[in-house]
Amino acid sequence: MPSNPEREDAPGAKLTWPEQYRELAHQATSPLLKAFYEAGCVDPDMPISDVPLLALDFETTGLDPNEHSIVSVGLVPFTLSGIQLGRCWHQVVRPQLPLHQTSIEVHGITHSDIDNAPDLAEVMDKLFSYLNGRIPVVHYRDIERPFLNVALQWRLGEGIRFPVIDTMAIEAHLHPDRRPGRWQRLLGKKPVSIRLADSRQRYGLPHYASHNALIDAIATAELLQAQIYHHFSPNTPIKDLWL
Amino acid sequence: MQAELIDIRNHMAQFPPFDEMPEELLDQVVGGVEVQYFRAGTQILEFGQDNSWLYYIRSGAVEIYRRSGELYNRIGEGDIFGQFGLLMNKTVRFPARALEDTLVYRIPEATFQYLFENDDGFADFVETEDRSRLRSALSRREKSNDLMTSKVTRLISRAPVSAPCTVRLQEAARIMTDQGVSALLLMDESGENSRLKGIITDRDLRTRAVTEALPSETPISDIMSEGLITIRASAYIFEAMLMMLHNNVHHLPVMDKDEVRGVIALSDIVKYESQSSLYLVSNIYHQNDVKGLKKISRDVPDTFVRMVNEDANSHMIGSAMAGIGRSFTQRLLELGEEKLGPPPIPYCFMALGSMARDEQLVVTDQDNAMILDDSFVPEEHDEYFLALAKFVSDGLAECGYKYCTGEIMATNPKWRQPLRVWKGYFTDWIENPRAEALLNSNIFFDLDGIHGNIEFAEELKALVAEKASHSQRFLTLMARNALNRTPPLGFFRTFVLEEDGQHRKTFNLKRRGTAPLSDLIRIHALACGSRAQNSFERLKAIGQTKLLLEDDLGNLRDALEFISIVRIRHQALAIEDGRTPDNNVRPEDLSPFERSHLKDAFQVVSNAQKFLRFRYNAQVGRNAQ
Repeated sequence: MPSNPEREDAPGAKLTWPEQYRELAHQATSPLLKAFYEAGCVDPDMPISDVPLLALDFETTGLDPNEHSIVSVGLVPFTLSGIQLGRCWHQVVRPQLPLHQTSIEVHGITHSDIDNAPDLAEVMDKLFSYLNGRIPVVHYRDIERPFLNVALQWRLGEGIRFPVIDTMAIEAHLHPDRRPGRWQRLLGKKPVSIRLADSRQRYGLPHYASHNALIDAIATAELLQAQIYHHFSPNTPIKDLWL
Repeated sequence: MQAELIDIRNHMAQFPPFDEMPEELLDQVVGGVEVQYFRAGTQILEFGQDNSWLYYIRSGAVEIYRRSGELYNRIGEGDIFGQFGLLMNKTVRFPARALEDTLVYRIPEATFQYLFENDDGFADFVETEDRSRLRSALSRREKSNDLMTSKVTRLISRAPVSAPCTVRLQEAARIMTDQGVSALLLMDESGENSRLKGIITDRDLRTRAVTEALPSETPISDIMSEGLITIRASAYIFEAMLMMLHNNVHHLPVMDKDEVRGVIALSDIVKYESQSSLYLVSNIYHQNDVKGLKKISRDVPDTFVRMVNEDANSHMIGSAMAGIGRSFTQRLLELGEEKLGPPPIPYCFMALGSMARDEQLVVTDQDNAMILDDSFVPEEHDEYFLALAKFVSDGLAECGYKYCTGEIMATNPKWRQPLRVWKGYFTDWIENPRAEALLNSNIFFDLDGIHGNIEFAEELKALVAEKASHSQRFLTLMARNALNRTPPLGFFRTFVLEEDGQHRKTFNLKRRGTAPLSDLIRIHALACGSRAQNSFERLKAIGQTKLLLEDDLGNLRDALEFISIVRIRHQALAIEDGRTPDNNVRPEDLSPFERSHLKDAFQVVSNAQKFLRFRYNAQVGRNAQ
C-alpha cells in the first residue's frame, strides 16, 4: 500500500509503534496497561506471516464512543496460516447507557442478556490476556480502538493506544472509485460496497447467516487472509498494513 | 464450543460424515478447527509433505492429484480431504490444489484419531466412502440424487433482502435492482417483531405492475403475494423442487421456525442441477406462443428418462411430470388470456386424475375442467370460456397431451360450469350414488386447481372431504368399482395365468397395478375425510386414523412405489429404444428380481382389495342396485 496520511509511523511521525509502546509502558499507571505495553509491539519490518494477530469486533449501542457503549466483545487469535476457533472468545457486557432499540435489532442481544452480563471491568483481565503481544485486526477502525480507549479512560482513568489493521480501509484503498458519479450511475455503474459481507463476497468467502461479535471477528480474520493472498504477500512488512 | 459458532457447526452438520454425528461430538470438532484461506491456484498439500490435519471445504473447490500429477478428483463445499495421509503415516499421498478461492476448516490429527476410534460412522466414511469417492469420475457432475441428500440451506447464498410491506412499488423495484435480487420479502412491522407477510418477484412486477400500468406510488401490499408458500430450513433440495413444481412458484423463503434464513429461487436449483426438470419448467414460462411450447415439449421424454436413470423415486418423477404438465397448462392459459383478453368473470382451471395426484407419467391424456364464478351467464360469458378452453386443449394436444377420449375436458360444456353446478354434481355423486355414474366420475375425486381462482377448487375439495365420509353407500359403490380391476396373481416367467385359466402374454401395469392401488387408497382417504390428492400423501393421512394398520400402510406404500417404478422404467426403456412407451409388459421382459417383487406387490394389492371389500361391505350381490 502506498503511504497513507493517517499512518502513525509514517515518515515525519516521531516514534515507531515499538518505541511508543516502550515509552507508554513507563507512563502507564494501571498494571493492566503496563503489562500490555511491556508485552511489546512487533518490529515494523516483520513480515505479516509472522505476526500474531487478533481479530476483534465490538457490538455497540451506537457509533459515538462518547455517547454509546460496548455491548459485546468477540475475538479470535490468528495468523496468516490459521484462525484458531478453539481459542475464540465471546462476551456480552453490560453497557453504561440504555440499550437503544435499534441496536437490539442488529445484534439480537436482549435486555435480559444484558442484565445478567458483567461490566467490562470484570472481564478486562481476560480481554488483555488476548490483546497482549497481538496486533488487532478490525473491519472499520473507528469502533474498536476508540470505544476501548474511552471505556478504559472511564474505568482506569487512562486510555490506550495501539496500531490496528483495518480490512475496510484496505478495501477502500483497493476501490478508490467505488462511488460512481451521477454520470456513471446513469450509465449503469454500480457502487462498490466495502461493508464486511460485500467485501467477503468478492473473495469467494461464504455468507454467514448469523451476526454476532464473534462471527464478525472470524469473518474479518478470513477477509484479511484473503486480502493478503490476493493483493499483498506473506512477506509484506506489517508497517505497510497497520494504521 | 462457543454458542456463537453455531453457524460453523450448522454448516458441517449438513455434510457426511458430520451429519450423523452426535451434537456434542460435533461441537468438540468445531472447537478444534483452524480456518485457512487459499487463493485459487495455491498448492494446499504437496506430495510427501508431513500433514497432521484433516481438511473440510467450507467454500470453493479443490483438485486432488495422483502422485504422478494426474488429476484424480475434484471436490467442493462440504467435502473432506487429507484423510488418506492421516490413515497411513501422516504424509501426503494425494496432493491438493485450490481450484477456486477456497476456505477450509482444518481439523487436527488428534481429533481425527479420536473420531476414528469413537465414531463408527466417521470411521466408515473416511475408510470406505473415500475410496469410492476417489474412484469416481473426474469432473464428476452433481447427480440428481444430490437433490435428495442435500439440504436447501446449501442453496442460500446471501442474507434475505426484505422491505416493510408499506413501501411503494417504485421503491420496491429500486431495492430489487440495487440488491440484484429477483424476489423481495415484505415484512409486517406493525407488531412487536417483524413478520414475513408477503413476497414480490420480478415476474409479479412484469405481469401485475407493468402490464397493468400501475402508478409507481401503488402500495406494494396491493400487488404482493400473500399466504406464502415457504420451506423449512431442514428440508432437502428435492422437496423444494417438488414444492415449486406443485405450486408453480419460483421463489421459496427458507424458514427456521419464524425466522427467514434466505430465499431460494428456481434458478438456484437449476444452477445446482442444470439437468433438472425445473430447467424445463423455467423454459416453459419463457415461451410466448404455442409453437415455442410445442418445441420444448419434445424435451419432456428426455427429462423423464434422465430422472429414471438417476434413480429418482416414483414420487419425484410423478411430481416432476405433473409439474411440467401443469406449467404447460398454466402458460397456455396465460397466452390464451393475452390473446382473448382478461376473463369477464373469475374462474378456476382444474387438473384432474393423475396430474392432480402428482402421479403423472410420460404417456398421458389431458383431463381438465373449468369452475366459473357463480355470476356466470352463458349467453354473455360462455363464448369466452369455450374459446379459452379450446385454446388450452388444442395447445396441450400440440404439446403431446392427447385429447381425453372420455371428453373430460373443459371444452365439454358439462365440465365448464359455475361453482354452484359443480357443488351440485359432487353432492349428487356422493348423496345419490349410482355405480355406473361413479365409474365415470371417479376421476373428479382427484382434483387440483392450477390457475385462476384456486379457492373454487378448494371449496370442492372441502365439500368432498366433508360429505364423502358420511355416505356409506357412496363408499360402498366406489369400493365395488375399485374391485373391477384385479392384479394378475398367476405370474410366470413367460405368461400370466388369469383366474379363468386363460394364458396371456402381457399384462397392463397401470390397469392391473397402479390404478387399483390408487383407487383403493382414494376410497380410504375419502372415508377419512382427507383432502390430500397424492396417493403417498393420502396414505399418510390414513395413517393418522386407525383405519389401516401401520404394517399394511407400509406394505401399500412399498407396493405402490415398486409397481410404479417398474412401470416407469418400462416406459423409459421404450423411449430410449425409440419405441412408443405404453403400460403393457411381458413377464419375460422383467428381471427375475422385478418378477419376484412384482409378485409380492400384486399380492399386497390383492389383500388390500379383500380388506376393501370387507370394510365397505362391497360384495357384489349385496347392496347391489
